[in-house]
Amino acid sequence: MKTTVPVIIAFLSGLVMILAFFFNPEKSIIGRLEPEVLSWVTIVGGFTLLLGVVSIVRVNFNAVRRKSQDWPFKLALLVSVFAMAIPSVLPSSWSPLFGNGPGSIYDWLFNYLDAPMMSTMFAMLAFYIASAAFRAFRARSAESTLLLITACLVMLWRVPMGEVLLKGIYPGLPEWINTYIMGGANLAVQRGIIIGAALGAAAMSLRIMLGIERTYMGK
Amino acid sequence: MTSKRPDIARFIVLFQFAFLILSSLTAAANGTAGDRVFQIDRLNALVFMIVFSVVILIYTRWARQGRKLFIRKINGLDEVEEAVGRATEMGKPVLFIPGINEIDEIETIAGISILGRVARITARYETPLLVPVRYPMVLAAGQEVVEQAYLEEGKPDACSKDTVRYVAGEQFAFTATVQGIMMRERPATNIFMGAFYAESLLLAESGNAAGSIQIAGTAQPSQLPFFIAACDYTLMGEELYAASAYLSREPLLLGGLKGQDWIKMILVLSIIIGAILISFDAGEWFLELFKSV
Repeated sequence: MKTTVPVIIAFLSGLVMILAFFFNPEKSIIGRLEPEVLSWVTIVGGFTLLLGVVSIVRVNFNAVRRKSQDWPFKLALLVSVFAMAIPSVLPSSWSPLFGNGPGSIYDWLFNYLDAPMMSTMFAMLAFYIASAAFRAFRARSAESTLLLITACLVMLWRVPMGEVLLKGIYPGLPEWINTYIMGGANLAVQRGIIIGAALGAAAMSLRIMLGIERTYMGK
Repeated sequence: MTSKRPDIARFIVLFQFAFLILSSLTAAANGTAGDRVFQIDRLNALVFMIVFSVVILIYTRWARQGRKLFIRKINGLDEVEEAVGRATEMGKPVLFIPGINEIDEIETIAGISILGRVARITARYETPLLVPVRYPMVLAAGQEVVEQAYLEEGKPDACSKDTVRYVAGEQFAFTATVQGIMMRERPATNIFMGAFYAESLLLAESGNAAGSIQIAGTAQPSQLPFFIAACDYTLMGEELYAASAYLSREPLLLGGLKGQDWIKMILVLSIIIGAILISFDAGEWFLELFKSV
């Protein structure tokens, strides 16, 4: 029962999505079923949000209670969770600080703490790219030397000053990089990976629909 | 359920053929494209789907009958057990991340499937396992899979409720938490399997800095170079979807992989024929076969 019911649900949901793709949504009920099924995913997701809150509170509360390593950070996390959540769920009719409209506590925390922190994390990517590139582009073999030369050419081509430099070496060089490296070798490899991945995803979907693949249920 | 599977497979193929015939007849009988119940411009996709299903099912049937199927070696997957063994020897945990997408994405399901296999190995060796997730639905699925794996290995008590934990809903808050885990707990092995975006390099580089052995797998072509640069082994595209079958070595699952290879061969042939026809300016009709809306 624990396996059969999920397999049947997976089969029916998959079948609905496949059929909906082939039917005109304006002329048939089946065609209109796709957004219905997708909205069910959102509804179920909404209910499971509570599981997430319980998990995060349990893990961090236990760490704070036991005063384990770095417990003040976990306390800060718990305070942040409730500081963001509680004012945002209270009705804005009680106070303009509640809800999630402009001027609310949630809005302030999001704009002046959350968003800048996210941007900071994203900006750090530049430094990580530099260290990864340093390791990847070391000319240890013929292949890695080829990679290094190609990477240098593409990096130069991507910036206006580099493009001028490349044109100075040979006027048609930027166009050659665009056509043969980016539009040729790079695109061909990317498309090969995409086609392979799409087939893999379709085959896995079919296995799930047929109940052959049940590893996602721990079987 | 297992004994009914061949019937379901037969039903699906018959249903698809009936659907193809009916939809063609309906489309032919009706007027303009906008009036049609069936979207005739997607008929090629339906034909492809039927061919694809039939080939996969034939190979699955052959696998069930006991035919030997050759599956090429995937180094990244062969190293999973080795990597968990390393963590056991060092007395450090294994960190597994099933991507940052929701459970309705097939990449996440593939990641969860691999998590089940990894959890079995960690249960066998009694190695701590950490699975931070970004979505509550992935949390529920992950907990189920890990608990089942520990149960099947006869060690249900070794499975903690906090093995799979929800850490943050925001992409970079999740990243920061996982980076924190990497630097504080110093896992011996990091396994990234699923959909990753801008955080891929942040995670992989942090793991590299922490000295962990790293195995990654994703179907996102834009993130693959980052994983290749920062990880020890990388599964590319379809290898991610093949992982659960490869690790389990179940003939039924391996049959699906073999069928997939044949479809790929058909596609490669189509590309070659198309390229030749287009080169001789005679391939317009051939291109039309593959156009879909």
